[in-house]
Amino acid sequence: MKPKAKSPIFWPLAGLVALVLLNAVHDLGFLKITLLDGHLYGVPVDILTQGSRTMLVALGMTLVIATGGVDLSVGSVVAIAGAVCAVLLQGGHSLAVTLAAAIGTGLLAGSANGLLVARLGVQPIVATLILMVAGRGVAQLIVDGQVIIIKSPSFEFLANGFLLGVPFAPLLVIALYAATHFALRRTALGLFIEAVGDNETASRFAGLAAARIKALAYIFCGACAGLAGVLAAANIRAADAYRAGENMELDAIFAVVVGGTALTGGRFVILGTAIGALLIQTLTTTMYNLGVPPAIAPVPKALLIIGVSLLQSEKVGRWLGGLWPKKEAA
Amino acid sequence: MNTPALLELRGIGKKFPGVVALAGVDFTVRAGEIHALLGENGAGKSTLIKVLTGVYSADAGELRLAGRVIRPAAPKDAERLGISTVYQEVNLVPSLSVAENITLGRQPGRLGFLNWRAFRRRAAAALARLEVKCDVDAELGSLSVAMQQMVAIARALDTSARLLVLDEPTASLDEKEVAELFGIMRKLRAEGMGIVFVTHFLDQVYAVSDRLTVLRNGQLVGEYATADLSRLALVGKMLGREVSAADFTSHAAAPAVTTQPVLAARGLSRRGAIAPVDLALQPGEVVGLGGLLGSGRTETARLLFGIDVRDAGEISVKGAPVRITSPRDAVRLGLAFCSEDRKGEGILPNLSVRENLIFALQGKRGVLRALSRGEQEQLCEHYIKALRIKTADAETPIKNLSGGNQQKVLLARWLATQPAVIILDEPTRGIDIGAKQEIEQLIAKLRSDGLAVLFISSEIDEVVRNCSRVLVLRERRLTGEIAGAGLNSENLMHLMAGTHEAQS
Ligand SMILES: Nc1ncnc2c1ncn2[C@@H]1O[C@H](COP(=O)(O)OP(=O)(O)OP(=O)(O)O)[C@@H](O)[C@H]1O
Ligand SMILES: [Mg+2]
Repeated sequence: MKPKAKSPIFWPLAGLVALVLLNAVHDLGFLKITLLDGHLYGVPVDILTQGSRTMLVALGMTLVIATGGVDLSVGSVVAIAGAVCAVLLQGGHSLAVTLAAAIGTGLLAGSANGLLVARLGVQPIVATLILMVAGRGVAQLIVDGQVIIIKSPSFEFLANGFLLGVPFAPLLVIALYAATHFALRRTALGLFIEAVGDNETASRFAGLAAARIKALAYIFCGACAGLAGVLAAANIRAADAYRAGENMELDAIFAVVVGGTALTGGRFVILGTAIGALLIQTLTTTMYNLGVPPAIAPVPKALLIIGVSLLQSEKVGRWLGGLWPKKEAA
Repeated sequence: MNTPALLELRGIGKKFPGVVALAGVDFTVRAGEIHALLGENGAGKSTLIKVLTGVYSADAGELRLAGRVIRPAAPKDAERLGISTVYQEVNLVPSLSVAENITLGRQPGRLGFLNWRAFRRRAAAALARLEVKCDVDAELGSLSVAMQQMVAIARALDTSARLLVLDEPTASLDEKEVAELFGIMRKLRAEGMGIVFVTHFLDQVYAVSDRLTVLRNGQLVGEYATADLSRLALVGKMLGREVSAADFTSHAAAPAVTTQPVLAARGLSRRGAIAPVDLALQPGEVVGLGGLLGSGRTETARLLFGIDVRDAGEISVKGAPVRITSPRDAVRLGLAFCSEDRKGEGILPNLSVRENLIFALQGKRGVLRALSRGEQEQLCEHYIKALRIKTADAETPIKNLSGGNQQKVLLARWLATQPAVIILDEPTRGIDIGAKQEIEQLIAKLRSDGLAVLFISSEIDEVVRNCSRVLVLRERRLTGEIAGAGLNSENLMHLMAGTHEAQS
């Protein structure tokens, strides 16, 4: 008998389904999706739209964590990119220029992180902490301490618009997930990232440019954060250097870990990350709907994360397996 | 019975997904005996030991220590019962000091305070017992694999154990260190300790063991008094087929006709690692790099492969000067390097056998030219068969393979790149006698295919058997070369030890 290996997305998916069911039992309206003016509305649609930014940041974070690192600066990069958008749009620049500049900002930030970690060998937490702290200040400088209101319908469309009745932002993010998946799995890049995370020395000795692969992960992560900054600014039609992207690095790390990618690096699960991000957004929305005060909102979040992580752990699995012994096929 | 059994295992069974590692194995060790546990790679030796020490729990069977049933649930339990173990893969903490590693988990101290002086004294005493000269404050990771192995042994000897278990402790030791270890083992035996000893070196089996148990494919073949079993009979029991002495003849052929060297180095040096070395490898030549531990063999290989930066010297491939500043450069020029440190520098532990095997080839091809799944599977199928790699399937994580089988996958990884030059640093470490013979045949075949091989091994006989020429290093400099009729173990030994002038 050969026991089937449990898919790494089993527990996060189970958590998501359980949470949705819980909501549905509490309030049947939760699952209701209506068509209004040819647009889809409803709580599930909301969750997808609001969760799209975390999903995006978590996508980049997945690759960084797979290489055995972590990027704490993503929240600040979101703020900087938002600030860049606001200033450029205010100055009358076109949408294309604005987008390119925002994503370029992310690429630049990622390159700085990549340089520190991969080339200079600074510990990832320390290296990205620098930008996490300094980045907010940079964002403040760009907007000169103001909250800049953005008045550009085409820019706002990115976060709040609908394409054929479906919200645009989640569509965009899902397309990016698919593209990333293919780029990683149809080429050898995915294998190389996992190898570097699993044993960097061995990867290098086998002829891999390990530093380059690592730097690439940070650069990609920066670009994702840059684009998420665009979506965040478009969503509230303003650049808020203080609050934009606040705690986003934590949500992204949670999404990645809950999704089945180990913090120690190695194997990554992109689909798991998407589910993890949705799980966190669903929980946030649930608490909002239940009127849980924001001050204690982190507690259920923490409980959920501990729960899913425990269920994924081999040790706990063995322990649970001991409680309910499997029938041995002779 | 005259001597009571110290350890009795009865009907031990252990299954892993897709593999039966042990089935109905009995194993008995008496007090005051050295008991060799033998078998091919993947026979189940390490698994049996891990069951005994509580790393794994057995699916079936019973363990008795001095007549009492024991059920160790963790290595700590076993240690408390007086079973002290050195595992096959050194599992110490590289970033801690030698002293900390030796005393880890059993720190002397009072009221929760650590007594650092006592720490260091105990560690020094444990090392002195092995006659190892080693700074107890050195960071473990900075030591050679052999030294780390000695530290692991010192740690095991630091407890008052009744049973000492040594899983391939000698794989990375040289003869002098092995002799010292054997001295200690004999002393402990005289004190009444039972010792379990796993090795693939038959000489060592006959040198120290009193009795031996042979496993094959997770099954017990039998238990014998060492003196009653001839070498050939023992090999036959391990492999499950008849063998003849002719299988271990010399493979070294006359050096190939001198053409352009495929790899040549001039004045290759690095401060503190190796004094300037010149060498040249002809296609179809197996050149040995001889020397004692720490003589600079691995350092030379690392410079050639671009792992360490050289201070001076030129390297040329097929006559053209080349720039090698990283392993990546070296691989692209058709070099391959199989490291001696399997765990640290070789395997990607959580990735599958397939991914490990195709890894260097894929790296050489680059990111975009990905090998298709079909091509990968074909390569795996070929090498798993050719090298007789024992694994449930190609998708098993490599960390689940036995040590010797991991080594074979790493060899396959490099062969798959179809290199022009392959540097083998202790390629037969931890490999069973059947596989060793296969690897030697493989080297002979590579040579006849026109590959140049740089062969590093601590086993002198192996070097003599496989190489047509041996460069000898001593104290980090090239001291001589032996080739042709002069190449025999005696000459080589003298040259390595420096008791004999070079005759190059
Ligand atoms: N954790 C594990 N998960 C799955 N299979 C395993 C695991 N550990 C060992 N095995 C399998 O069990 C078998 C016995 O392995 P074991 O390590 O005991 O061999 P060994 O006799 O020590 O070999 P070697 O001489 O190469 O060290 C092998 O086929 C191995 O692949
Ligand atoms: Mg073993």
